[in-house]
Amino acid sequence: MPGKLKVKIVAGRHLPVMDRASDLTDAFVEVKFGNTTFKTDVYPKSLNPQWNSEWFKFEVDDEELQDEPLQITVLDHDTYSANDAIGKVYIDIDPLLYSEAATVISGWFPIYDTIHGIRGEINVVVKVDLFNDLNRFRQSSCGVKFFCTTSIPKCYRAVVIHGFVEELVVNEDPEYQWIDRIRTPRASNEARQRLISLMSGELQRKIGLKVLEMRGNAVVGYLQCFDLEGESGLVVRAIGTACTLDKLSNTSAFLPACNSPSKEMKESPLVHAPSHGCRSTHNSPIHTATGSRLTQNFSVSVPTLIYTGMGSGSAGKEGGPFKTLLRQQTQSALEQREFPFFTLTTFPPGFLLHVGGVVSARSVKLLDRIHNPDEPETRDAWWAEIRQEIKSHAKALGCHAVVGYSESTSICEEVCILSASGTAAVLNPRFLQDGTMEGCLEQRIEEASPPGCGFCHIPYDELNMPFPAHLTYCYNCRKQKVPDVLFTTIDLPVEAIVVGKGCLIQARLCRLKKKAQAEANATSISNLLPFMEYEVHTQLMNKLKLRGMNALFGLRIQITVGENMLMGLASATGVYLAALPTPGGIQIAGKTPNDGTYEQHISHMQKKINDTIAKNKELYEINPPELPEEIIGSPIPEPRQRSRLLRSQSESSDEVTELDLSHGKKDAFVLEIDDTDAMEDVHSLLTDVPPPSGFYSCNTEIMPGINNWTPEIQMFTAVRVSRLSNINPTNQTLNKNFNDLCENLLKSLYFKLRSMVPCCLCHVNFTVALPEDELVQIAVTAVAITYDKNQALQANKAPTEKSQQRASTDNEEQLQFPLELSSDPLSSQPFSPAKEALEGASSHTGIPAAQRATSVDYSSFADRCNSWIELIKLKAQTIRRGSIKTTTSLEKASPLAEGYLRHRSVPSGTNSTVSVVKMTPLSFLPGAKITKYLGIINMFFIRETTSLREEGGVSGFLHAFIAEVFAMVRAHVAALGGNAVVSYIMKQCVFMENPNKNQAQCLINVSGDAVIFVRESELEALPVPAPTAQPAGSAGDVTT
Amino acid sequence: MSSDLDVFVGNTTLIDEEVYRLWLDGHSVAEAVARRLRGGVLEREGTSVAVLQSDTRDHYRTFQMLERLLHAPPRLLQQLLFQIPPERQALLVQRYYAFDEALARELLGKKLSKGTKKELDEVSARTGVGIRSCRRQFDNFKRVFKAVEELRGPLAENIQQLFLLPPALARDYAAIVFSGIWGLWERFWGFLGCPDPPFSSRDYAAIVFFANSRFETGKRRLQFLSFGDFAACAQSMMAHWSQGALAPEAADPDGDLPKSFLQDLKELKVLVSDKDLLDQHKSLVCSALRGKISVYNELEANFKALSRALVNVGGKLTHARDVRDFFVDLVEKVIEPCRSDKWSPGDLRLFLTHYTAAPRNLPGFRHQALWERYMAAISACLLRMYHD
Repeated sequence: MPGKLKVKIVAGRHLPVMDRASDLTDAFVEVKFGNTTFKTDVYPKSLNPQWNSEWFKFEVDDEELQDEPLQITVLDHDTYSANDAIGKVYIDIDPLLYSEAATVISGWFPIYDTIHGIRGEINVVVKVDLFNDLNRFRQSSCGVKFFCTTSIPKCYRAVVIHGFVEELVVNEDPEYQWIDRIRTPRASNEARQRLISLMSGELQRKIGLKVLEMRGNAVVGYLQCFDLEGESGLVVRAIGTACTLDKLSNTSAFLPACNSPSKEMKESPLVHAPSHGCRSTHNSPIHTATGSRLTQNFSVSVPTLIYTGMGSGSAGKEGGPFKTLLRQQTQSALEQREFPFFTLTTFPPGFLLHVGGVVSARSVKLLDRIHNPDEPETRDAWWAEIRQEIKSHAKALGCHAVVGYSESTSICEEVCILSASGTAAVLNPRFLQDGTMEGCLEQRIEEASPPGCGFCHIPYDELNMPFPAHLTYCYNCRKQKVPDVLFTTIDLPVEAIVVGKGCLIQARLCRLKKKAQAEANATSISNLLPFMEYEVHTQLMNKLKLRGMNALFGLRIQITVGENMLMGLASATGVYLAALPTPGGIQIAGKTPNDGTYEQHISHMQKKINDTIAKNKELYEINPPELPEEIIGSPIPEPRQRSRLLRSQSESSDEVTELDLSHGKKDAFVLEIDDTDAMEDVHSLLTDVPPPSGFYSCNTEIMPGINNWTPEIQMFTAVRVSRLSNINPTNQTLNKNFNDLCENLLKSLYFKLRSMVPCCLCHVNFTVALPEDELVQIAVTAVAITYDKNQALQANKAPTEKSQQRASTDNEEQLQFPLELSSDPLSSQPFSPAKEALEGASSHTGIPAAQRATSVDYSSFADRCNSWIELIKLKAQTIRRGSIKTTTSLEKASPLAEGYLRHRSVPSGTNSTVSVVKMTPLSFLPGAKITKYLGIINMFFIRETTSLREEGGVSGFLHAFIAEVFAMVRAHVAALGGNAVVSYIMKQCVFMENPNKNQAQCLINVSGDAVIFVRESELEALPVPAPTAQPAGSAGDVTT
Repeated sequence: MSSDLDVFVGNTTLIDEEVYRLWLDGHSVAEAVARRLRGGVLEREGTSVAVLQSDTRDHYRTFQMLERLLHAPPRLLQQLLFQIPPERQALLVQRYYAFDEALARELLGKKLSKGTKKELDEVSARTGVGIRSCRRQFDNFKRVFKAVEELRGPLAENIQQLFLLPPALARDYAAIVFSGIWGLWERFWGFLGCPDPPFSSRDYAAIVFFANSRFETGKRRLQFLSFGDFAACAQSMMAHWSQGALAPEAADPDGDLPKSFLQDLKELKVLVSDKDLLDQHKSLVCSALRGKISVYNELEANFKALSRALVNVGGKLTHARDVRDFFVDLVEKVIEPCRSDKWSPGDLRLFLTHYTAAPRNLPGFRHQALWERYMAAISACLLRMYHD
């Protein structure tokens, strides 16, 4: 009996009127966990019942604790007929199972009904007592922490990053069971919600087991998705990166005092877990039976494009024996892993050595009923196949690892496209194993790859390149080769040197497809895919050049399948990396050079394009200093690369090399206009309207070039469904419609948020779905963050200064990131090489004294913090009283903790006000410090209506539902004691309507990390050593 | 390509003040868009009409969802559905409950009944306030009235607490509701078990504002009074008279019950019915004012008529029929004669001060406290109403 779950039902408020006669409600509550149910008394005739129940105690296995949600049902008692359900609350008690996380869940939860939405609120208190359980074959994995955040969470330190974990579970979808025909929609929705909740619990437990097996204690970058396969079932799958995390000791002082005894008890399972025999049913990440699969299933693997720069070039200097050495080292570290994948997108400094480029794989599958849910072999095998392909692509790029890895599906009827993508990379082995690699190698690595450009250096062998690429010497260090363009799926590394600002770049594409059945359908889809990939890539490339930029980060390509078309939407953040060469312009070439008017038209277009490039450069402040030619080691004659925009059946075959002397710039990109279609494409290139002044947008965590965020944030979700009304749609008109739809949506976002100017839309995440014939649904989730324009101007004066000081100004700009954006400078501290890295860097030419000063500061900062903590501890010892443990007294002694409590007690003290919960898709909050992670939020809701018109039509229905989802997320976070959700993501929003029947249904799945944050302004008042240069002795004032 | 569905939901609910105003004024989405266009948003923000439409629709939807909560403002504070910063919540409530004085003036003296609601079309035409806005404001009055009619304690404070309105607005509402105060008194009498309430409790609900038909006929006469005048009058009556009536628990120690207050007012009649007292009163006031007031002769001539009017207004307050004549009486019997004699406001003030103070020196007059309490409100009303 490893756990005791205790639940108390306190009160309800604002309940709906259930008895029309009296305008009142006789409410009582059922509390269910597993198969045990308790009931409260009926509180008669009140809309604000006060149950104040006893503690309901459930004695359960920890396995059950992990899998099952706590179900709270509020009902109206009826003497003569069946009791009416008012609504339900599902509480995931997982956050109570980690040590360090929440110790109690307590607060007002919205009572939710799938037909009526939120109907009042209920106040609940939940606690868990866990008991030590040492000598058992464990099926549970209590204590493994989960994070949605795709970087090492602030206030933790990565001891080891173990690598990829994945799992999937399948079940029949209750909506498609025979019983669904005779039960009410409410019952069916609730069955579905419950099942998915159960499946996610099970999935998380299984992943946790794998992590324990790898001797990790946490999963970072945890991404869980549902595939609603309809008739053939329901798949819940998850991927993540197993890590061993250490809580940064100093932050523990920042925790609010929560001296519940259960906390002490919970520490132990975690500590013991790795050392005891963990028997997992699945030892290897994939199942082995793959033989029969192909006979049953139709499967097409799509040739994959590797997204890196295009072009041809010549070889240069030696890659060095060092690189090979490094490769061997890394290889040995990664070899043990079946899939050296990492779902992280931001890494500790020094972790990422080189980036190869984007690797992706897609596969078209036909769904069939999953016969045995306990053996989900086919789905496992499908994914294994794709991952294998990704792995081999990465190898071809000379990389051993894939970072920023993600998986997705698109399902239409029985066809399913599985996609996986990531960025091939070479990693520093130091983080992959327990400190064994540290030593002599380290020094060399730092020397070899200076910060700020090291990751741009090609990982592959120049003489034996996997694809035609155009290489030059790095514009930063001039020692290593870099490609001319770099595409990645990760966030911009903090150490990267960027010129100007970044911007959101999207490629949008529609392709018609014939309606077909089964295999014919799958074949036609898989035939279309390579062309779509190619076109998306070309569009991205063109738009990137049009903005005068040379690298893409956070690239996410989504291909959506519908009944009669395919849609592709790629989003990324373009930047100008100082290490890469200046991108060439775009040249237009006509096919019929004899026609005079045509020529004129062409030249007109050319002018327009050139103007746009110039304008964009100004807008994004891209003014890289001109480099005197002799600085670049050996000038390589630059051949011009030509590619056709469209109509090229085989993409790489008609590459022609020719010298273009008329155009001064290197490797100008030529668009060949051979028919009206191509013309349209050029036009569409130019239709992308830049955001209005005061706005920037990106889809990465941070906006390159903006570093003075102010604390105001606004997270939002916008959803649009549009009907493509064309009677005879062509690819062109569809493209235009789709393009307009996206542009208009962006425009309306800018308009809505105009009061926040100057601001930046960060983490702009578009999701496209094709719910029906002719219907396109786009959902966008993003966060608008304000910044201080005046400071921004000051910071940007620097780049305009002198060309010779290029490196210095760049460094100055990016320097702000470690200080301000990774709001916890301590997170970089444990990686002691940061010191070396920066010092190593400062020995390079042109690094200003300012940076050197910071590097010194970083190293001494750790000492200072430690000594400060020691002092606090000493102080804590002296004021310790009675039986309070040292840790709690330490917390109490911390002035911050008190400050925090004061802060929190303000909203909770006055009963009527609701505490504010911030939500953001980013992993941080500007101007704030995350002091504690409370656990993962992973919620799934269904809402259905049979009175669509009365609820304000489809818009009214969905508007209310999304608001309700936000409210429920906020309520759960607040009940955990948190005040924010970070890394929030809406993973699914499936909307279906039947206007004729006045019905609609929507499913939404969201997740994120519940956290406690403290405003930095509140921190300042406290004697926390600020990350500015201060003598180490300054910690002395703490004692006073 | 038309958008069937188009929503934007922020974690913090966006409130556009301009759109909120348009919504409150009762404009449809199309009208609101047209007005925003005229406001020049397009030029300022460089956006398109479609964007403006979508934005307006979003806000309208939000407001419609919020309206249910605005009907009970404390729920707006407790609800979890919309995360709205406190200052924005306050703004939402204040704007929602703000009313057009022209409309309030029209509604004064009318029943807050379905019949009146049907007549709002005409009111809307007369006042230029949109019909939808009229209906909303009408419902607001009615809601506030219903919420506080059975509550005890100071009216303005009750309204402030129940509807989270700023003090000034709450006082205005209190003034409006106060018009139904006669109804409250009536109920109070019923509560005390008074065998013969001055008017029927069934009619009570109908007696709202300075209700009824006589008021209609006197309307022309009262036309020069604004809503602000009435509100101020109601407020001073509440301030001076109703302490006991509206907060009986606070008033109980004094034994100063409204019933007795109104009944006691009849005792004041002695001031005009007793010839000696009347003469003495007159001589006291006249001697005090001689040489200080420009209209001394007129005062001397009219004193008895004025005094009779001032005292009788109070004496009639126990009868529902006469309550409605309160303002008409004041205007007809005090303000108009004074005005025709060209009294200045200063003259009136001086007169009222001494007129109120004088009975202190009258031998045999024992109702000094009651008299001053009564006259305090009457003086304040008269001074407020004494303008063109």
